[in-house]
Amino acid sequence: MSKFQRSTGKKGAQKINTASLPDIVFMLLFFFMTVTVMREVELKIQVTVPDATEGKKLEKKNLASFIYIGEPLPNLQATFGSEPKIQLNDAFKEVDDIQDFIAQERESLDEADQAKMLVSLKIDKNTKMQIVSDVKMALRRANALKIMYANIPVDEITSLD
Amino acid sequence: MARREVQEINAGSMADIAFLLLIFFLVTTTMDTDTGLLRQLPPIPDPTMEQDDDQQIHQRNILVVKVNKDNMLLVEGEIIDISELRDVTKEFIINPNDAEDMPEKIEKNIPFFGMVRVAKQAVISLQNDYGTTYGVYLAVQNELIAARDEVRNNLAIQTWGKPYEELNEEQTAAVNEYYNAPISEAEPKKIGGE
Repeated sequence: MSKFQRSTGKKGAQKINTASLPDIVFMLLFFFMTVTVMREVELKIQVTVPDATEGKKLEKKNLASFIYIGEPLPNLQATFGSEPKIQLNDAFKEVDDIQDFIAQERESLDEADQAKMLVSLKIDKNTKMQIVSDVKMALRRANALKIMYANIPVDEITSLD
Repeated sequence: MARREVQEINAGSMADIAFLLLIFFLVTTTMDTDTGLLRQLPPIPDPTMEQDDDQQIHQRNILVVKVNKDNMLLVEGEIIDISELRDVTKEFIINPNDAEDMPEKIEKNIPFFGMVRVAKQAVISLQNDYGTTYGVYLAVQNELIAARDEVRNNLAIQTWGKPYEELNEEQTAAVNEYYNAPISEAEPKKIGGE
């Protein structure tokens, strides 16, 4: 303390005013608070979505429902096996549960938004199409026809593995 | 009055508290915006309704893209590599030489363009096997969408000098009518699947 006082007492370096530091930090804080999206579901499966160049941004996240398909996590494979499974919200589900899930998701939206509902399919790239086709069929039956195949945006697809 | 002041709260630690919160949000933030290929699924056909004649599209108007369980690509009966798919699709959509085996062109009046000859019935049909890998399936879809977007984009630049995304609603509709080419996802077949 005394050291500082001595330097200001003489004509040393000017002390930087840190009074506005909290303001700056708060500004940053609010920025990150607003852009933060808390992860809503805990993934129980491994999903690496494929690369694609033509992906469009998902503009309204609140209108989207998510269906995850992939192999269960390694520590869950003892109980659930290693075959690709469907995850809705927080639990493993079967294809037959999709209709209920969609109805429930649709119910939770405003009436005006129900027609704009979109289903985002987050599917692991090594999944076989059989389960994907079954899900697509279930979605058609549930009349949820607007879908989005989630992907990682890239400039060029380099490899397919 | 000047002597007795209310004790001020020490705000020196304010920055520390704010920093702590800031770091928490920094760590939990996931900046990634979701992207994906937008598609529209066909509604379930009403079983009480008869299939109308529109369903019967002439063979030359369909680009049949098949992906088998070994992720091999068969386009119009020829095995090709996925890198060639975009050009093949573009040629199919445009049909520059009015080839016999490419989509039939019909005279049509489109706003902004007037009377033009367009391949009104051209359809891209994507068929996959139950055993196809999803990653490959999506890559094929991506190529098909990319080819169509490229063709539309070129037309937009030729006509208005600006890319497809910047067109207004009527212009977009006109371009979409010019090069329609819907991509249909047929129900998968189990051909020699696992």
